[in-house]
Amino acid sequence: MENRKGKAEAFADPMVSYESAKLGIWVFLMTEVLLFGGLFMTYTVFRIKYPELFHQDHLKLNRTFGMVNTLVLITSSLSVAVGIAGIRRGRQALLKVCLVVTMLLGATFLTIKYFEWSDDFARGLYPRTDVFFSLYFVMVGLHGIHVFAGICVMAVMLVMAQRGAFNKAYSTPVEITGVYWHFVDLVWIYLFPMFYLIG
Amino acid sequence: MLADAAAVTPAYKGYLEKKGFWSWALTLDHKRIGVMYLLTTLLFFLVGGLFGLLIRLELLKPVAWVFSPQTYNELFTIHGTVLIFLFIIPAIPSGLGNFFIPILIGARDVAFPRLNIMSYWIFVFGILVILGSLAHPMDTGWTFYTPYSARTDAAVTMLSLGVFMVGMSSILTGLNFIVTVHKLRAPGMGWYRMPLFIWALYATSIIQVVATPVIGMTFLLLAAERVLGIGFFDPAKGGDPILFQHFFWFYSHPVVYVMILPAMGIITEIIPTFSKKPIFGYKAIAYSSLALAFAGFLVWGHHMFTAGMSVVADILFSVLTFSVAIPTGVKVFNWIATLYKGSISLDSPMIYALTFIFLFVIGGLTGMFLGSLATDVEVHNTYFLVAHFHYTMMGGTVMGFFAGLHYWFPKMTGRMLDERLAKVAWAIILVGFNITFFTMFIAGYRGMPRRFAEYLPMYQPENVVSSIGAVILTAGIAVMFYNFVRSLFKGDPAPANPWGGRTLEWQVASPPPEHNFDTIPTITEWPYGYGKRAGGDGKP
Repeated sequence: MENRKGKAEAFADPMVSYESAKLGIWVFLMTEVLLFGGLFMTYTVFRIKYPELFHQDHLKLNRTFGMVNTLVLITSSLSVAVGIAGIRRGRQALLKVCLVVTMLLGATFLTIKYFEWSDDFARGLYPRTDVFFSLYFVMVGLHGIHVFAGICVMAVMLVMAQRGAFNKAYSTPVEITGVYWHFVDLVWIYLFPMFYLIG
Repeated sequence: MLADAAAVTPAYKGYLEKKGFWSWALTLDHKRIGVMYLLTTLLFFLVGGLFGLLIRLELLKPVAWVFSPQTYNELFTIHGTVLIFLFIIPAIPSGLGNFFIPILIGARDVAFPRLNIMSYWIFVFGILVILGSLAHPMDTGWTFYTPYSARTDAAVTMLSLGVFMVGMSSILTGLNFIVTVHKLRAPGMGWYRMPLFIWALYATSIIQVVATPVIGMTFLLLAAERVLGIGFFDPAKGGDPILFQHFFWFYSHPVVYVMILPAMGIITEIIPTFSKKPIFGYKAIAYSSLALAFAGFLVWGHHMFTAGMSVVADILFSVLTFSVAIPTGVKVFNWIATLYKGSISLDSPMIYALTFIFLFVIGGLTGMFLGSLATDVEVHNTYFLVAHFHYTMMGGTVMGFFAGLHYWFPKMTGRMLDERLAKVAWAIILVGFNITFFTMFIAGYRGMPRRFAEYLPMYQPENVVSSIGAVILTAGIAVMFYNFVRSLFKGDPAPANPWGGRTLEWQVASPPPEHNFDTIPTITEWPYGYGKRAGGDGKP
């Protein structure tokens, strides 16, 4: 902690601080792409190996839940974007409203997932059922963990916003949180057709 | 900058001034974090080495005489896992890299100091989880191959989660370095004015960031395989064990460049400093680092020539493997060209650097043997492979690491090492290393398979010689560590620039002050302008 002064000097230029944070989050998202990339590769391998199984199994998933969740997540991306656009114009109240809306939408997504999975389990569909459901539960589950992490970070942003940490000139943490949230949404945009809509 | 050097008094302690546990545990200072990484990794170097000695003890006789075969399996698994994940991957990037990257680019710290200390504690936490798995030690080898690893009773789940955490720490460190190198270079330090150690660590960081998530995901799947009963890697459940090997080597081959590139970077700093000559082929060396980082991602299949891939894949991976030799050769030839007609002084960092070149060339060339299909089928899974691996990793990376430790010890501690002791230790290590591992080439070429507690009596002579070599090697390392500890307390005070180097770390006091630079330097020339012409930019 003794080095705070040094840090302040290292980032004497706020622009360098902003650009560093931006580059940092993009490099981090690259690692996320590769984390999911391995799973997408696994999916590809097994879908080519068992096309029939994938077709049969995907019919057992509940498309309504999937569709509603897709809309929920896309809307949450919109609310994050509105919040960031707002704070860039200095509108702190709007940012706070948007953060709350985003967190609620994220929570809605996880709640729907909870009921969907309960229903899956009730119908005897488990991760160990077959390769398709292994992939489904692992990939959707890992994505769900990311949604949960996103909600936690949003909560931190909300506390910071409440304390007036952000303004027209400084909103870097909110912006990089937004980039992360959009990425998590984007993963779902791939997961939804890959599991619910395959022909 | 010179004011720092002039301000040195006997009481001066630089960044080491503050004392107490919390001043270290919660520090944001990249130098202290680097030192903590160094001490942690050196501890596990000794631990892993000890397990290596136990392996050599067992192999003195052709029958299992000290340990049971099961215990032997656990011993070599611990030896590999500890040395790879807890020593050789983090030692140079997280240890020396943390300490020197900001100083070498003229910055006060890394881009994200809080992330930096967080990744250290994630590393420590991962180590604790890995140690926890020793309650039921792994016996799969460090490669965790399925389906055995998914079925054994050993604590594979715990170990893979521990390695996942260590990997996460490695990712965060790499991310931090990439941003630091991009954004925090001092004014005037363009990309081609960066020291080549920075180029090497930049390439290393890219590999860490790109490759590590894949092994993290693989270990999560392995844990899920054991906990949730999924079966991606289990043929009985429709899975594919070869897929695990692909994932594993997609990380674990690039990661050998995480191990060797930083060592190459150290050698590239030491050779011009002790030859008093500008580095030969600056751009070629810089780009060869990036080329290794790139090519390293295309060759993972050469670990699987006998695993049952298609012949076409085998041939492609074999050809691609040879392409890795090109950037490696570029570096070696440029080092030698730098030495040519240089004013060479054989101080301890330099003799370790030269040892690196000698041993690494043996390791690299035997790597070419293994990369060619027909030869590999002959010597796959024999001690030939073990010898090759130890020549690149111990003869290469560890010698480069030792070179770096001797080079920067005065800068990090403010004390000079005892040169005479350093050279005695070097001579013993060189002899012990070659006796230990060169005999493995012979045993392997004669067909001795690795990873068995017992072997045919015909291989006993090589094994006895190798075990004797291991004792000599250990003695050398003991002398070296004795020198470190003794010099830490009794060494002569180090001047700011004991070796006459031109990179930025030698322009600040030894040890560096807490904020590295009173005023951020403005860079006007590249760092290798030894014997430069008046008015030039230092390039020959």
